[in-house]
Amino acid sequence: MSAQREIAIVAFHQSPCQASAGAANEVELIMPELRAVFDQVGLANAQDVDFVCSGSCDYLQGAAFAFVAGVDALGAVPPIRESHVEMDAAWALYEAVLKIRMGHADSALIYGFAKSSPGELPIVLSQQLDPYYLAPLWVDTVSLAALQARLMLDAGLITEGDMAEVVKRSRRNAMTNPLAQLAGETSVADLLAKPHYLSPLRRHDCCPVSDGAAAMIIATVEQAKAWGMPYVRLSGIDHRIESHNLCLRDLTDSVSTRKAAAAAGMNAGAVDVAELYAPFSHQEIILSRALGLGEDTRVNPSGGVLAGNLMMASGLSRIGEVFQRIVAGEAGRGVAHATNGPCLQQNLVAVLEAA
Amino acid sequence: MAQLAAVIGTGQTRYKTRRGDVSIAGLLREAAVNALEDAGLGFEDIDAVVIGKAPDMFEGIVMPECYLADALGANGKPMLRVHTAGSVGGSTALVAASHVQSGTFRRVLTVTFEKQSESNAMWALSTPQPFAVHLNAGAGGYFAPIIREYMRRSGAPYDVGIKVAVKDRLHGARNPLAHLQKPDITLQEVEESMMLWDPIRLLEACPSSDGACAMVIAAEDAVDSSPRPPAWIRGGAMRSEPTMYAGREEVNPRAGRDCAADVYAQAGIRDPRRELDCAEIYVPFSWYEPMWLENLGFAEEGQGWRLTMEGATSMDEGGDIPWNPSGGVLSSNPIGASGMIRFAEAARQVRGDAGAHQVEGARLAMGHAYGGGAQFFAMWIVGADKP
Repeated sequence: MSAQREIAIVAFHQSPCQASAGAANEVELIMPELRAVFDQVGLANAQDVDFVCSGSCDYLQGAAFAFVAGVDALGAVPPIRESHVEMDAAWALYEAVLKIRMGHADSALIYGFAKSSPGELPIVLSQQLDPYYLAPLWVDTVSLAALQARLMLDAGLITEGDMAEVVKRSRRNAMTNPLAQLAGETSVADLLAKPHYLSPLRRHDCCPVSDGAAAMIIATVEQAKAWGMPYVRLSGIDHRIESHNLCLRDLTDSVSTRKAAAAAGMNAGAVDVAELYAPFSHQEIILSRALGLGEDTRVNPSGGVLAGNLMMASGLSRIGEVFQRIVAGEAGRGVAHATNGPCLQQNLVAVLEAA
Repeated sequence: MAQLAAVIGTGQTRYKTRRGDVSIAGLLREAAVNALEDAGLGFEDIDAVVIGKAPDMFEGIVMPECYLADALGANGKPMLRVHTAGSVGGSTALVAASHVQSGTFRRVLTVTFEKQSESNAMWALSTPQPFAVHLNAGAGGYFAPIIREYMRRSGAPYDVGIKVAVKDRLHGARNPLAHLQKPDITLQEVEESMMLWDPIRLLEACPSSDGACAMVIAAEDAVDSSPRPPAWIRGGAMRSEPTMYAGREEVNPRAGRDCAADVYAQAGIRDPRRELDCAEIYVPFSWYEPMWLENLGFAEEGQGWRLTMEGATSMDEGGDIPWNPSGGVLSSNPIGASGMIRFAEAARQVRGDAGAHQVEGARLAMGHAYGGGAQFFAMWIVGADKP
């Protein structure tokens, strides 16, 4: 096989994480983000990129073919090369990377969006489970995460104080993130004084429900240079899935994250910054340990998704956050992570490096 | 640039109204195992799994790849889920191919499905949305007025659709996997069937099927495991346009014309009717055969119905360009898989693997899928000859 074409991330923008976007529909959530990334590069619209790929979930919109309306935000006249994954937009990025590697595109627009506020998100996601044995029980995502946290506590792998520490750091980091939904100074003692929600989880151990969207533009390094854009190299990207049967997995570890990181080449150098898609505080600890992150790595400087969780876009946003830190010169090399499914069943790892 | 890739295995289930004997995962696994056996491989030989289906609401499973990972041997591997409306079967094949053509993987398993007996597609397509016109018509009601406009413009005789309905069912009678088995169907029977969405009669519409279709796509250095020859991917293209915009051409959509021009250019085809040996084209309602004959450049605009009436697309009439030798969507329609069945059947033809519906000596074939309001298109050309 010949050497693969190098991928450059050139633009990213994310909407604020809002508890409710009110009457705004999905197209209205997407359009400002697309405009922002087009303006960063100096493009008119989706006609100026070679490929478009998005991530969304029909069930969050409550309609079949929810993404079709998203096409209205693109200016797809004349017709465009376009695709969609029913996954977080981090996987839309993956599809776009393959398209560029195979030489069918030199540039691509990726976006993800969801308006989760109208429904009961943990209950909606219970229908992601095995339709015959689990979904009829309506086991919600928070309850499953609570079982996972309980396993870790019982095994002595974490304490409730460790979980509170993750939340404290998230809230503090989010104070410098104007897009965050939850931010502020707090203490472990204050957090532990709060009542349990679904034991052992307290409400602050769970990410909030947020509405919004995010968009990114990637290109070949040659195209990025031709645009005259500062860019970050996407030096590796890989994703892995694990068994759906929770009893067959070690829920206190994330084997698929470790595999994806190895395949993406994370271990080839130091990691200055990591943005992890950990919807629950104890999952940030699982992921950090699976990736072997040490004290030299800043974890979730944005506050992570505990500070605001844009379903179907948060994975892409983790990559965008690392991109922005490297472009700003705050970091030279970073990893970003995305997840899907109950208790971190499926995981994606991207490695970003300064050009 | 793009690495060479080929289909080295195809697997399908028998298509039926209801497959009560298997779960959804069992249905996919059946197709996947058939494809792997055809390829001479096991799950352990597969590097990545790509699945596709129509909206999750059809079966009521949110992002079903999580549930399906075990049944498809995907644990520890990359698994991707594509969803591009009715074209999804085709676009899933193209996304799977890109896993190989990008040089990233050597062997990829791709599976698409629909288990319509565990769903209600009509309901799923008709959920009301705020600030939007509520369309309670399903797909037939949506396309009927567009077909009427085609009939008005082209001056085609009223029975072109009836002829397509008979032709595809006679083709389907050659295919033991086809859902509708109607070897004795007549023009009169179609004409007398109930009018559903004027001008679409019951027998001019696709059935509602349970089924799955799978393929194994391999890199150039990994094609030799199968006892059958590979079907080389000679071109692949996708196009999308909005459902509605001022001046949109709905009868002969530009997205379809552009997509065809792209895939023909990749495969070096100038005259598809002459150069292709057969085509598997997404025709869920009979009149879409003449409409797509024009959209895809097999006939001049307004003339597609003449090919149909002359028997050019019929195997039984010795036509020069058989369309849907397998019986097409009119004979089997597990929605999310229907596009991939077109792509896989094109591959079967050039591998000489199509049994009683084999087009003799087929060496170059086209697979086609469309979806949404005829706004999403996916196409590929496969050939017996290595490019």
